[in-house]
Amino acid sequence: MEKVKLTIDNKLIEVEKGTTIYKAAKQLGIDIPVLCYMNLEDLGIENKPGGCRICVVEVEGRRNLAPSCSTDCAEGMVVNTHSIRVINARRTVMEFILSDHPKDCLTCAKSGNCELQDMAVKLGIREIPGQEYAAMSTYKMDFSPSLIRELDKCIMCRRCEMMCNDFQTVGALSAFKRGFEAAVGPAFEMDIEDSTCTYCGQCVAVCPTGALTEKDHTREVINALSDPTKTVIVQTAPAVRAALGEEFGLKPGTLVTGKMVAALRRLGFNYVFDTDFAADLTIMEEGTELLGRLTKHLNGDKEVKLPILTSCCPAWVNFFEHNFPDMKEIPSTARSPQQMFGAIAKTYFADKIKVKREDLVVISIMPCLAKKYEAQRDEFKVDGNPDVDFSLSTRELAHLIKQANLDFKSLPDEDFDKPLGESTGAAVIFGVTGGVIEAAVRTAYELQTGKKLERVEFEQLRGMESIRKATIDFNGTPINIGIAHGLGNARKLLEDIKAGKSEFHAIEIMACPGGCIGGGGQPLHHSDSSILKARTKAIFAEDEAKVLRKSHENPYIIKLYEEFLGKPMSEKAHHLLHTHYFDKSGKIEIS
Amino acid sequence: MTKIKTLADLVKLRDELQSKQALADSADNAESIIQIKVGMGTSGIASGAKAVIDFLVEALEKRNIEANVSQTGDMGYSYAEPTIEVKKPGKDPVVFGFVNVQKADEIIEKYIKRDELVEGIIPVNYHTIDN
Amino acid sequence: MTKYKQIRIALNNCGVIDPENIEDYIARDGYMALGKCITEMTPQDVIKEIKDSGLRGRGGGGFPAGLKWEIASKNHADQKYVVCNADEGDPGAFMDRSVLEGDPHAVLEAMAICGYSIGATKGLIYIRAEYPLAIKRLKIAIDQAREVGLLGKNIFGSKFDFDIELRYGAGAFVCGEETSLIHSMEGLRGEPTIKPPFPAEKGYLGKPTNVNNVETYASVPIIIRKGASWFNKIGTEKSKGTKVFALAGKVNNVGLVEVPMGTTLREVIFEIGGGIQNGKKFKAVQTGGPSGGCLTEKHLDTPIDFDNLVAAGSMMGSGGMIVMDEDNCMVSVAKFYLDFTVEESCGKCSPCRIGNKRLFELLERITKGQGTMDDLQRLRNMSNVIKDTSLCGLGQTSPNPVLSTLDNFYDEYLAHVKDHKCPAGECKDLMKYFIIAENCVGCTACARVCPVGAITGEKKEAHLINSETCIKCGACMERCKFDAIIIK
Repeated sequence: MEKVKLTIDNKLIEVEKGTTIYKAAKQLGIDIPVLCYMNLEDLGIENKPGGCRICVVEVEGRRNLAPSCSTDCAEGMVVNTHSIRVINARRTVMEFILSDHPKDCLTCAKSGNCELQDMAVKLGIREIPGQEYAAMSTYKMDFSPSLIRELDKCIMCRRCEMMCNDFQTVGALSAFKRGFEAAVGPAFEMDIEDSTCTYCGQCVAVCPTGALTEKDHTREVINALSDPTKTVIVQTAPAVRAALGEEFGLKPGTLVTGKMVAALRRLGFNYVFDTDFAADLTIMEEGTELLGRLTKHLNGDKEVKLPILTSCCPAWVNFFEHNFPDMKEIPSTARSPQQMFGAIAKTYFADKIKVKREDLVVISIMPCLAKKYEAQRDEFKVDGNPDVDFSLSTRELAHLIKQANLDFKSLPDEDFDKPLGESTGAAVIFGVTGGVIEAAVRTAYELQTGKKLERVEFEQLRGMESIRKATIDFNGTPINIGIAHGLGNARKLLEDIKAGKSEFHAIEIMACPGGCIGGGGQPLHHSDSSILKARTKAIFAEDEAKVLRKSHENPYIIKLYEEFLGKPMSEKAHHLLHTHYFDKSGKIEIS
Repeated sequence: MTKIKTLADLVKLRDELQSKQALADSADNAESIIQIKVGMGTSGIASGAKAVIDFLVEALEKRNIEANVSQTGDMGYSYAEPTIEVKKPGKDPVVFGFVNVQKADEIIEKYIKRDELVEGIIPVNYHTIDN
Repeated sequence: MTKYKQIRIALNNCGVIDPENIEDYIARDGYMALGKCITEMTPQDVIKEIKDSGLRGRGGGGFPAGLKWEIASKNHADQKYVVCNADEGDPGAFMDRSVLEGDPHAVLEAMAICGYSIGATKGLIYIRAEYPLAIKRLKIAIDQAREVGLLGKNIFGSKFDFDIELRYGAGAFVCGEETSLIHSMEGLRGEPTIKPPFPAEKGYLGKPTNVNNVETYASVPIIIRKGASWFNKIGTEKSKGTKVFALAGKVNNVGLVEVPMGTTLREVIFEIGGGIQNGKKFKAVQTGGPSGGCLTEKHLDTPIDFDNLVAAGSMMGSGGMIVMDEDNCMVSVAKFYLDFTVEESCGKCSPCRIGNKRLFELLERITKGQGTMDDLQRLRNMSNVIKDTSLCGLGQTSPNPVLSTLDNFYDEYLAHVKDHKCPAGECKDLMKYFIIAENCVGCTACARVCPVGAITGEKKEAHLINSETCIKCGACMERCKFDAIIIK
């Protein structure tokens, strides 16, 4: 690789050709401020429109200042990152940005976690000259079941647009209008609900300001908790425990399962359960469905649809309903763990504790914003009463805990309640890319071959590569498995299936980078991809620490089938645990 | 039109077209006729050049004057649109500015018929490039 | 050759041939240059000829055209493109439109020559949809050229294929910037991206692309026909050939002017342009459109070329030239151009998106008499930062009208700020209408014509204007037969 030598702030450095000034400076310990720039290195996701102009530096001999995020180093370059000219320009540009940004920081959802606020602090902005007569660009607010768009706070960093278009290939967000009126949103300034948005929440996950936030449901949950006539139960998704600690200053990757349970109990939930229980149940249903389809296929049935696609991820479900409605027979009909939990809680468990359906409130804690939308889908309601009443994100749970004056770090470790709180290691790994299919393989292998797995870890299914392929030997029958995280990667696998080129028997798809651990409802990673890696590690650590690591070994699952469901794919199971999909391709109407 | 397949084809066509032009232009030739060009760029049309060209075609025919009226692009005299160029055989072309229907009528009656000059002549103020 | 100030190269056939008849063009040696290139010259020869001619891009930047072609020719790819930028967007400029309407074949021929030299087989003309006549004539020209085999396969019996298509722009000013133009042609949002990579490396659909503007192309066939050494004798040392200007504003002979580089502003304005209308005094000339600056009396004898105009604080731009007289307020002029850039900014980078808006707001305050001395300081600082930090040429030049008027007409700014007066009498908010009691005979004509009832007074007695209610429409002054109403 060709090298170039240059000096930055009087320090000499040699870097590979093609390195940007920003990255070279970083190697020297010089932290040039960036705002629109974002880099999730391990995932190959980079946003560098060169739009905010905060990262400008002075390059000797150059007419104007250079954006360090998108200017490559050149041989002999002399760079100054903090000359008077640079500092003045940076401040003035920041004043421009702030002059068109609401000043309601005190009540903003992003306050304390806002990259724009941090930048204002870093650059020492104390006043905005001329603010009193500066016009502001204003837009209508947009509310949806999952997220809220407040474009007055949009600074045109284009991160959301990049995630939505390049990474997810959803195409719901793009820049509209021009000049001072420009902002990012659905075409023709439609509401997000009328767009092809899948509610994956990746736009929210990367938004540096309060322009994109989740729809907050904490107030509804507090109301339910303080209603003496209601029994309120909670389920927590696997990825939450690997990230919640970050909101309380714990190192990324710190597992806080026990403290989380303790906190939820202190918040007043009558029962603290685990979505992992439902994940085990999902494996029983989905695994059985997979084996059923596979057996038919291997027996030469031409009608059977393969590959089977996982259906745990609600953003992914929305994605294929919008984009591949003609293939809606291919995904597994199994509901997601959140919805399986809700259905079992409001039947089996409600009967057990003798509480009427309408008096039982089911709350879920999810790393995800699409779960909010999923919870209110009509097919998951009985006489208007939803199986899951409200879904909170990991971030919202942290807010609740703080509001309840709990000192999270010093809480004791506590266990989930029974019966819906027991789970296996297979369920925990639902939180990372490849985890669902690994859990399915652990069970399907043993059920199909009748042999016991020597080793439950399938390393070939793990990793961060965007699309992964592996072949698992099922007692002489090779089973081809595909894994994709990110909807853009999923699209590639779907196009292959459509074209008849797919060789897979089963495919796992998760919408978010790294799987649920990188979900739109998780603590903000602020473009540090090492955080996602640490969370992944934590999830696998929790799996390893479990005594039971295969879903079909969960004693409470076995009991649930004995007492209530009969067997996987039984009529009752079908009614409560399976679903069907809709064609949403024609939903877009332009008024 | 026939296809131009070689440079020689093009040269031949050019020479034919040029001699035809010269013929029309020559004062001694019986077949030579008056050439009128109307500036029909956007600015000319916006100032009314369409009415002028229509009038010229109709009036010249009615008054039995043989002339070739054609459109051309913007002559550059935006302040004096519409503009027309009249070339009588064997004479230098003359450009008239601010031409409306009445002016066109005057140009036909005075300049074309009787060689009397009318007001509104724009003097040539540029070189063109010839080979 | 020295008889006239103007030499028409780009406009050579405009106003001479029938643009809808290819025979007219051929009779004027049309397509001879292309024939010469293909049959007698190698692509390298063609590039050398253009380089030797010293032709620089006429769209604004003044980048040497031959060098641009050479870079594109050296980047290897299975497909390359020749793009003609016909997205003329400067207010008051219509040079390119006139060339396309008057001599469309010259552009087609030049694009084919460029295609031959860089190894491209496809040409695209990006033209704004607001130019319907130019579009119509281009379509006719392309059809006719195809019909006789001057576009299409095996041109002049060679292995060279070249064809041209049109792409329509929606009239966004920023799409004249080449990366924005390419994005727009690709169906993407018309906004710029950082260079490098330049279009010559990665342009349309990621392929090497040569982008030149209409006037640049229009100069090419003559250069090939008459030779580089003929062309580079015209003009100045570093700027060769001629430049077309769209002369507009308070000058007698508005219109298109094509002069050799090195002609002075005085010659253009006072000789070709016939001087200032109504015998008023010359005040300034704005060159380079919204990206340029205002030059004054002291610049009148500057020979016009790319470098001199930049040195004087303006630029060549695409050739808009707007002349102003003593009635033009220079703060208002700066405000007018800022209004345009605020409207036309794509919104991608913050200094241009927000900074220009703030500049405009400040100028508006000044023209309303609300400006302060601090504001003048801020105006300059903001302008410098916007120039220094904007992503593309639009933002990098948009403060030029402000900076050049601050430099050349600072007194006028001071008058607005300190005395709350507009010396040119253009800023309505700073004007007040008064009745001179001695001259007023009390005829009541003014009171009757005032649309807002701001004038009071008894018959045959001096009247009064209530300046609070007055909307400064001027109707009273027009009506008064006794010169009793004045503006202060």
